Amino acid sequence: MNSWAIIQQSLPMFEKGFVLTLWLSFIGIIGSIIVGLICSLLQYFKIPILHQIATVYVEISRNTPLLIQLFFLYYAFPVIGIKFGAQLCGIIGLIFLGGSYMAEGFTGGFNGVSKGQLESGKAIGLSQWQLARYVVFPQGFSLSVPAMAANIIFLIKETSIFTVIAIPELTNTALDLIGMYYRSNEYLFVLVVAYAIILIPLSIILTLLEKRVRYGSFGN
Amino acid sequence: MADKILQVAHLEKYYQKRHVLYDINFSVDKGEVVTLLGPSGSGKSTLIRCLNGLEPYQNGTITFEEETVTPTEKNWQQIRQKIGMVFQSYDLFPNLTVIDNILLGPTKVQKQSKDAARAEAVKLLKRVGLEDYADSYPRMLSGGQKQRIAIVRALALHPDFMLFDEVTASLDPEMVRGVLNIIKDLANTDNMTMIVVTHEMNFAQEIADRVLFLENGKILEQTPSKQFFEKPQTDRAQEFLDSMDF
Amino acid sequence: MAHSGINVLFEGTNFTRLLGGLWVTVKIAAVALILGLILGIVLGVLRTFKSRLLRLVLRLYLEFFRIVPTVVLLFLFYYILPKQMNFNLPADQLATLVFALWVGAEMSDIVRGALISVPKHQRESGLAIGLNRYQLYRYVLIPQAITLEIPATINLATRVIKTTSLLMLISVMDVINIGQQIIEANNHTHPTGVFWVYGLIFLFYFLIDYPLSWWAKRLEKRRLARANG
Repeated sequence: MNSWAIIQQSLPMFEKGFVLTLWLSFIGIIGSIIVGLICSLLQYFKIPILHQIATVYVEISRNTPLLIQLFFLYYAFPVIGIKFGAQLCGIIGLIFLGGSYMAEGFTGGFNGVSKGQLESGKAIGLSQWQLARYVVFPQGFSLSVPAMAANIIFLIKETSIFTVIAIPELTNTALDLIGMYYRSNEYLFVLVVAYAIILIPLSIILTLLEKRVRYGSFGN
Repeated sequence: MADKILQVAHLEKYYQKRHVLYDINFSVDKGEVVTLLGPSGSGKSTLIRCLNGLEPYQNGTITFEEETVTPTEKNWQQIRQKIGMVFQSYDLFPNLTVIDNILLGPTKVQKQSKDAARAEAVKLLKRVGLEDYADSYPRMLSGGQKQRIAIVRALALHPDFMLFDEVTASLDPEMVRGVLNIIKDLANTDNMTMIVVTHEMNFAQEIADRVLFLENGKILEQTPSKQFFEKPQTDRAQEFLDSMDF
Repeated sequence: MAHSGINVLFEGTNFTRLLGGLWVTVKIAAVALILGLILGIVLGVLRTFKSRLLRLVLRLYLEFFRIVPTVVLLFLFYYILPKQMNFNLPADQLATLVFALWVGAEMSDIVRGALISVPKHQRESGLAIGLNRYQLYRYVLIPQAITLEIPATINLATRVIKTTSLLMLISVMDVINIGQQIIEANNHTHPTGVFWVYGLIFLFYFLIDYPLSWWAKRLEKRRLARANG
């Protein structure tokens, strides 16, 4: 069979993988943003105990590989009686990983607000909460947009690791097909194209967004 | 004797181990304009920033309107509503329009009604000649315009006392005059009490009732303005004036 | 129950085998980093040159490595190199090559970013005293760019180390692969061994990466503090 026929035949399977990759990424990214936001707020306001817990979580999560986090969830947790399906493991793992990256992104944004801004806020008598609400958060969120954009791309790419626990996303689909039909060139080609279709437009959109936010709040 | 609005007694400040302010003592009467002069690095900005709690100090007391300040963040927050401060880098909030920059303090901190605060803000904008810029964002303004807005932002809280920290130092020369005129007008028309840190000697001479001369974190002299610029008490101050080509 | 599984770690040569696997992991990461850093510095400098064609080619190289997930990169080289180019490498060397090319791409962007952030008047002052292009980079731009680059480079190193966890996918005998063998061999006698083995590997990664990212953060903080006066 020629390559185009091979590719054409595989497209329905890739389509399923494509949708699954998008779906898992979407849930993972939303979850990561929520977890990251909570952690960065706990750290910003230095909520006793909880902020130390958040810090420990962030350090563990961002200093260990997703693959081992997934193995732990999928293979080791059942031993102590906690059992999830593969896809749920994937989502939990991705959020566990992404939460710390997002937390670092938000915290970086909050810390990036200049000292002069904080002092002007204090000088007009703003309370700590008002300073956060009117000065630090609005500016900090704009400052964290580039990091958020990088994290979103990163997390989508990380879903390729889901293949190790046999979640039938894009990479897993390609590897399965290669295993069955030995046409690695064709299937890898489709795989790369599929990631390109997701990531190229997304990174263009995110770059535009960064420029816009930057202009919106700082004018250059 | 005039009312003392501010008294500073035996103030000491360290950055970690570095001693930056030594036994600072002075007071400011209501309606008085005091300028802080001295070579760069003498501690002028540090001192003025201690006066509204932006810099912690290690020893001594600050008494504001007859009450000795207990230096907690919460207390300072209350006091800062009565002390307006304007910085060298203007630092308008880039995420807010000009009018929202001005209204933030009156409406959120002092809980004034939005309409009353807005009417007042517009009046102040007119006074500095920028009423057309109410809905602009800071990025659309020149440095001089930003600094005038920063002054309005501080005035909107009806402070009893103003601190100006080298407010013209980052401005292009042609912008300086406009900003200085506003400060002068505040002193002359409103009889505003103020402490001004500046390198503009002519301006200092025009506006000041009294000069505090600082060097290496110490107040070397406190002299009525007229006398200071004619014949200061210390040689160091004379050298300083000479070096400023004054 | 669970505590019996911990014995798996110390039975026979298990622990030394795991350490051996860790060594393979670290070696691949280290060699890939060194090669990638050199490649990345060269490419990064080239990307600040004027030639549009050169910049476009290098940009495409970067974007390719950015867009394709590392897992996929590994498989691309794993399947395509031997088949299309008749180029057979042992899996560990193949992985080193892939990682080095990837590090080179990422590093080129870090280097370029640092170089173009050196103020323009520095470049002009250098040219004004008659430095040639090599001297300009060697004495003015690169030394100033390095302080900017170091935290980002350390962070890249932590990413490479984490990414070595993918080595098992192309059958390199890394720490995870050996861990899996140990788990399988002991599954009957110690069913909870899986918890301890993966736990230990988790800890290994953390112990390598945490000090590095702590260091990067500290350097970055110091740099920012200095920049703000």
